[in-house]
Amino acid sequence: MRYFPLTDSEREEIKNFLEIKDTKELFSDIPKDKSYYSMNDIPSALTEDQLLKKFRELAKKNKYSNYLSFLGAGSYNHFIPEVVNYLISKGELSTPYTPYQAEVSQGSLQGMFEYQTMITMLTGMDVSNSSLYDGGTAAAEGVLLALRKSKKNRILIASNLHPEYIEIIHTYIQNLNFEAEFIEFDKETGKIDLNQLKEKTDENCGGFIFQSPNFLGVIEETKTISDITHSKEIFSIQVTAEAMSLAFLTPAAENGVDIIVGEAQSFGIPIGFGGPYLGFIGAKKDFLRQMPGRIVGQTVDTKGRKGYVLTLSTREQHIKREKATSNICSNQALCALRAAIYLSTMGQKGLKEISKTNHLNTAYFVKEVSKLSNINIKYKKDFYNEVVLEIKNNKVEDFIAKLEEKNIIAGVPLKYFYSDFENSILINFTEIHKKKDIDKLINAIGETE
Amino acid sequence: MNLDDFKFTKEHEWVKVEGDIGIIGISDFAQKEFGDIVYVELPLVGKKVKKGDACANIESVKAVDDIYTPISGEIIEVNEELENNPENINKDPNGKGWIIKIKIEDKKEIENLMNNNQYDDFLNGIS
Amino acid sequence: MNKLQKPIFEKSRKGKIGYSFSPTEFSDDLITIDKKKLREDIKDFPQLSEVEVVRHYTNLAQLNHSVDSGFYPLGSCTMKYNPKINEKIANFEEFSTHPYSPHKFVEGNLEIITTFEEWLKKITAMAAFTLTPSAGAHGEITGMMIIKKYLSSKGDPRKTILIPDSAHGTNPSSAHFAGYEIIEIPSNKDGIIDVETLKEYLNEDVAALMMTNPNTLGIFEKNICKISEMLHKNGSLLYMDGANMNAFMGIARPGDLGVDVLHLNLHKTFSTPHGGGGPGSGPVGVASYLIKYLPTPIVYKKDNNYFVKYHEEKSIGRVKNFYGNFLVIVKALTYLMSIGKEYIRKVAEDAVLNANYIRKSLEPFLELPYKSKTLHEVVFSDNNLNVTTLDIAKSLLDYGIHPFTIYFPLIVHGAMMIEPTETESKETIDEFIDVMKKILEKAKNDPEYIKGAPYTTPVSRLDEVLAARKHILKWENLGE
Repeated sequence: MRYFPLTDSEREEIKNFLEIKDTKELFSDIPKDKSYYSMNDIPSALTEDQLLKKFRELAKKNKYSNYLSFLGAGSYNHFIPEVVNYLISKGELSTPYTPYQAEVSQGSLQGMFEYQTMITMLTGMDVSNSSLYDGGTAAAEGVLLALRKSKKNRILIASNLHPEYIEIIHTYIQNLNFEAEFIEFDKETGKIDLNQLKEKTDENCGGFIFQSPNFLGVIEETKTISDITHSKEIFSIQVTAEAMSLAFLTPAAENGVDIIVGEAQSFGIPIGFGGPYLGFIGAKKDFLRQMPGRIVGQTVDTKGRKGYVLTLSTREQHIKREKATSNICSNQALCALRAAIYLSTMGQKGLKEISKTNHLNTAYFVKEVSKLSNINIKYKKDFYNEVVLEIKNNKVEDFIAKLEEKNIIAGVPLKYFYSDFENSILINFTEIHKKKDIDKLINAIGETE
Repeated sequence: MNLDDFKFTKEHEWVKVEGDIGIIGISDFAQKEFGDIVYVELPLVGKKVKKGDACANIESVKAVDDIYTPISGEIIEVNEELENNPENINKDPNGKGWIIKIKIEDKKEIENLMNNNQYDDFLNGIS
Repeated sequence: MNKLQKPIFEKSRKGKIGYSFSPTEFSDDLITIDKKKLREDIKDFPQLSEVEVVRHYTNLAQLNHSVDSGFYPLGSCTMKYNPKINEKIANFEEFSTHPYSPHKFVEGNLEIITTFEEWLKKITAMAAFTLTPSAGAHGEITGMMIIKKYLSSKGDPRKTILIPDSAHGTNPSSAHFAGYEIIEIPSNKDGIIDVETLKEYLNEDVAALMMTNPNTLGIFEKNICKISEMLHKNGSLLYMDGANMNAFMGIARPGDLGVDVLHLNLHKTFSTPHGGGGPGSGPVGVASYLIKYLPTPIVYKKDNNYFVKYHEEKSIGRVKNFYGNFLVIVKALTYLMSIGKEYIRKVAEDAVLNANYIRKSLEPFLELPYKSKTLHEVVFSDNNLNVTTLDIAKSLLDYGIHPFTIYFPLIVHGAMMIEPTETESKETIDEFIDVMKKILEKAKNDPEYIKGAPYTTPVSRLDEVLAARKHILKWENLGE
């Protein structure tokens, strides 16, 4: 079979060299009654043409691509230039492992160094790492980083953080004697209740983690939030699930944020049914020694040439073991490289254009759909590219069904996440949507009247 | 360098007494084991420590380890030069590479430590 | 061509364009955000033409050694060939759907998830799997949390995890982040966990033993069944780190050997590409009494329909966004379907043949600290050599061979952990053996030369001390 280069005669040669008669002898340490079990219920091997046929059949069972989708909520369908797909498919980039032997890994290492740089440029932070698993686990790492650095064991969490991110933070901290307390958001504005934040913040907290734009698509008063947290000497931790917003809104560092974490899938990574995605982190330089994950640094070789290496490894599990800043080993390196290639290709101009288009498309929708009386846009200002649509004259299930008949997937029903948003959906617009797509949506909504 | 008034621990720390102050560092053997030191995490001045407490942390490229104080007392000074020049510990572990100074609480704690000759014997035993 | 490249930011010139996309259809007047909240330009952000982007990354690619370009015997990493048909299928547009799509529109994807789970159950004899963890370490922490939740539900969370001294660093780290203390248990002179030793370490505080099998010495933990019995009698569980599953996949099944919780690495045993450090995927399998603790979401099939459970009473909760690294799972499923029952056994058989061939060929020249039977990887030491393991590793680079894993496991001095895998030809392995002999010979006569290697790589040895002392962790424009 094509993945096994040894021929039968070579196997015989090796067995003779090893002075064994049967390959089974090599496995004699495995209890005899538990080895060489029956293979009857394992399917037969498929040839390449059979594989293609099988998976094409499976692909046909997915109907999603027949629909015009406005789904967002932490996974965003953006345009990916062909150059990204082409370059990332190179075996020299996708088939090596962690660049421990730096002399033969300068491609990967420089790619990561440049990715780290781009993240710091977008966020204004001093340092970044070379990736985390996704937005949710990045949020958890952000919490742990703040608690580690502050040596406190209580974290304040915005209740309008992505619900999955809240779940993941909870899974991680429940085993570590850390406490979490929620700061509620004001249902009228969609933003964090700043008075509640002022009241509940005290020196026993390690930090306040909030999302902007938040799960409801609303941009928070980030500078004010940071001022409040700093007045009580706790850290300001921002989460961003839609990385495209980083190119449009003022950088986290300018808003006093200490740690920024989030999801960078928007940078050239396909929606891929949820993974692999790309967690990112940026922080002020005081946090450097406590940062989780791999970090690439610049140095020189014996001839004085510039080169790159993994550095500050003494934070990591392979050296510090149970005292490591995180247990992360393999990360999402190839996704980070994808992001770097995407950002290089889009460049300053492309990124600014496209990030603006996202907002303009959403603003156009809000302006036009507000003319309809059977729906209401809940938060009409301070949105980036997602809005909450309240459905007034229908049950949300019927509304969605009517739009599906027109081949539209309108948005994510919020009842799955918030009990007082029973009849609302979250709608996302990216640069992929054209005016005619948005008009189609508006007309379809109008016809549900 | 004359190490006659140095006392050593089995964990390769040394303490040198000057009046009621104990200066603490790591031995030449220890700095060699570490390799090139890249970072030293120093404790806060004013911290009170008990004999055996971790009082500083040393990092090389491939290893990291705590330094344990051989004596109890209050930390009255830390070698801030090590922040920018951690390699001083490698270059001059018994002199410029000193790490912390402690106001000695109990001089008796020092009596049980090894002197320079005893420490050399100890090293010969383990190598 | 091995051309070092300037940082991409230094190739940037104002006004260059690399992308092409239809312009916005709406006017800036529609912006509803306060101008104060909008950013200005992104300072020093790249501006390049598409041509320059392609050249930059193509040249970077050429600076890398990769599995596609040559032998890559990193121990415990299983650097096997990454089949290209896996890539093609994972790139089918129809599979790349939004994760919040209504389930009725993504039944193909849900079927992929449940089908892959079935394959893993058959190969490992574990009762159920979660496919959500993103990597081996992520699987480990998930497994540790499952163990903790189970024991807590019995009113006895316990305090410690036993971990052998040969374990990978992620093991103690993962156990720590699950809230456990770690007790290190020594391997015996044969390199495995001893039943007598285990007796001494078992007490009412022990929640579980975290065992890698075969361990990082490439030796099968032959006492595993007895160990599992002893643990269960003590009210503890057996966790198996399945990173080395390539050694006995198709030959034996962890579930049959008494394993309660297992993680696998899809980017190792299951051929998905390592990507320069990820993305991977670390599915976790459990014994039947632990199924209720698996993380959410739970995807299952009932009467030919697919369902997803997002909340489960006793679940440890969510560990990853959405469904896990789905496209990695697609690649692993393609792989399993391509090897099927006819070849699944050959994976371990050829991997172990190759490793033993290397062992016997190099044994006359290098010290082998543990003489037990070798499975898929062999560990030598640099004792009695006048050069270090690092020097030998760097010398291999000059021959176009990626070094083995070095200085791990910690219990071997100057460890050289060599794992060839089954996807290497005898010619490649003979060449490796030959080169090793050459290097060792040269080390006897001219050690200084060996210590100065590598000579032919794009860069020579890099100053890691400088990198750690003077941090340069991003490019900065020093021109202004």
